[in-house]
Amino acid sequence: MTEMNNQNDNEKDEQMTTSQIKPASLASVASSRPTSQPGTSLLGTGLEARGVHAWFGKKHVLSDITLDFAAGTVTALIGPSGCGKSTFIRTLNRMHEFIPTAAMAGEVLLDGKDIYAPGTDVTKIRLRVGMVFQKPNPFPSMTIGENVLSGLKLAQLKKSNTDDLLEACLTRAGLWNEVKDRLDEHGGALSGGQQQRLCIARSLAVEPQVLLMDEPCSALDPGSTFRIEETIAELSKTMTIVIVTHNMQQAARVSDYTAFFLSDGGPGEMIEAAPTSKIFSSPQDKRTEDYVTGRFG
Amino acid sequence: MTAVIPAPRKPWQPTAIDRLEDLMIVLAAFGIAGAAVKFTGFNGKLGFFISLFFALLILNFGFHYLKRGSAAAKDSLLKVFAIMAIVLTLIPIVSIIATVVSKGYKGLHWGLLTKDMALASVNDPIAAGGLLHALVGTTIMVGGALIISFPIGVLTALYLTEIRGSLTRPIRFLVQAMSGVPSIVAGLFILSSLIYPVTKSLSGLMGSLALTILMIPTIARTSEEMLRLIPNELREAGVALGGTQWRTVAGVILPAAKSGLVTAIILGIARIIGETAPLLLVSGGGDSLNLNPTQGAMGSLPYYIWKSFLTGGTPEAFARAWGGMLVLLSFIFILFGLARYLSGRKVR
Repeated sequence: MTEMNNQNDNEKDEQMTTSQIKPASLASVASSRPTSQPGTSLLGTGLEARGVHAWFGKKHVLSDITLDFAAGTVTALIGPSGCGKSTFIRTLNRMHEFIPTAAMAGEVLLDGKDIYAPGTDVTKIRLRVGMVFQKPNPFPSMTIGENVLSGLKLAQLKKSNTDDLLEACLTRAGLWNEVKDRLDEHGGALSGGQQQRLCIARSLAVEPQVLLMDEPCSALDPGSTFRIEETIAELSKTMTIVIVTHNMQQAARVSDYTAFFLSDGGPGEMIEAAPTSKIFSSPQDKRTEDYVTGRFG
Repeated sequence: MTAVIPAPRKPWQPTAIDRLEDLMIVLAAFGIAGAAVKFTGFNGKLGFFISLFFALLILNFGFHYLKRGSAAAKDSLLKVFAIMAIVLTLIPIVSIIATVVSKGYKGLHWGLLTKDMALASVNDPIAAGGLLHALVGTTIMVGGALIISFPIGVLTALYLTEIRGSLTRPIRFLVQAMSGVPSIVAGLFILSSLIYPVTKSLSGLMGSLALTILMIPTIARTSEEMLRLIPNELREAGVALGGTQWRTVAGVILPAAKSGLVTAIILGIARIIGETAPLLLVSGGGDSLNLNPTQGAMGSLPYYIWKSFLTGGTPEAFARAWGGMLVLLSFIFILFGLARYLSGRKVR
């Protein structure tokens, strides 16, 4: 940890004590209503998960997750494979329901409103809560430029100056200098790391307030991973980021808060959530300590 | 000091000696097969082919067993089987094309593409009349069938792959069952459900409708297979960007499946372009050029071939029929080549 990061964390420690992060076993849907209002900070939107459960068919895969994502922070979700991190992140922008057998319970509040409330327009939710996937997935039929702007077409948004938007998104994703002369080439011509940054640029074009990243670097080499981590640091100035990662060094490098998920064969649970420095230096739970020190997982 | 750059080689490729050995084996197999036909009970082309096959099998197996052991010998057996399968497949195709070209060229003349058969009978000299009416009729009816079938077939495929509603299983079963409908049944269905009770006259449109019944299952099934090949990540990426399902399908899924959909069109056309039976029933056999699909009998290439073969009997009539076949085959090849070119142009 650098000095800068520590300072940063200390500031955020104070915020964190006001927003309540309870151990999963204590929280329940009814009792976990927040007394504070994380959604009302300066940056606007925060995201709050309240007693979220998830199922695939009859299999209970995620149990009672209550977690706040304060606006403008980066939260890392860590834990061994199969502990429900990816399932949880997909409940945050309603991608969970894309799987036919999926079911869920609980609430996810965006700006204080439940995104699962009846009558909610799911496409509007996904516009505000963007997502970057594990495997780079640029659209094969489109050029690099068309890929970045594809969200506007898909969501039928009108933008007057798309050239500026194109440059801004690619710059923020750290890709502009590499592709500015080849915007008419197909996305498949890029390397894996470039494709993933193209996907980040694509999700930025619709101007989401929250960006969910599901193991965005797991298929990439260290150089590309470094570029994407730089991108995350840059983006976190203006948006809320939730990142699932198997790489604990990455969690320590990029995140302000870290939540540790674990499954003991049953549904995945959140063992502990705290400022990142705390999780890695003085975790409250023995299992967290074992995991972050590499004793299992 | 300059490093010596060795000349690039390909040590994994067979050497000249390997090739020579293979050639010797094939020649020996031909020799044995020839001897077998001459000195044993085998005779004719079939006997020659069968003895050639076994001679190749045994020689290859023995040679490779002695040279490289049993695993390599088994490997070479599979190779012989595969090559024989290719030869067996190619024989009818090459034979058909060769026969059609060698017999059909006599029926070709410049008037073929500018005249119809309104004033000529099939027994007239070749230069009288042509098959313009049949070419135009086939184009109109197949085009009409394509215009109706393509959207229905693709929408069916989208229901099966994207919407995945509760009727997915029965519909998939029905589509598969429908692809086995005999073409004469499709013709009779249009005849009894539309022509007798409603229009009371034969027309090109009715021909298109009969062909549609045959074409929809082919297009739906092929499109479904093609849409299944689209990775689910693209669907997720589309909806995660705030697109509705419909916008994602139109903007991402269908463009990604474009060349697959062209394949579906090609297979659909291939299914119907040679159909004769239903057209005999519902579009009749016009001998004059008819550009109006809603009225009057309309000719088609298969019908033209059928009529020239069966109602003539003179060498002119047969030449006409073979000429028609040559035109039909060329028409299909040009169409498929065009479709491949158009679909391959932009997609990498």
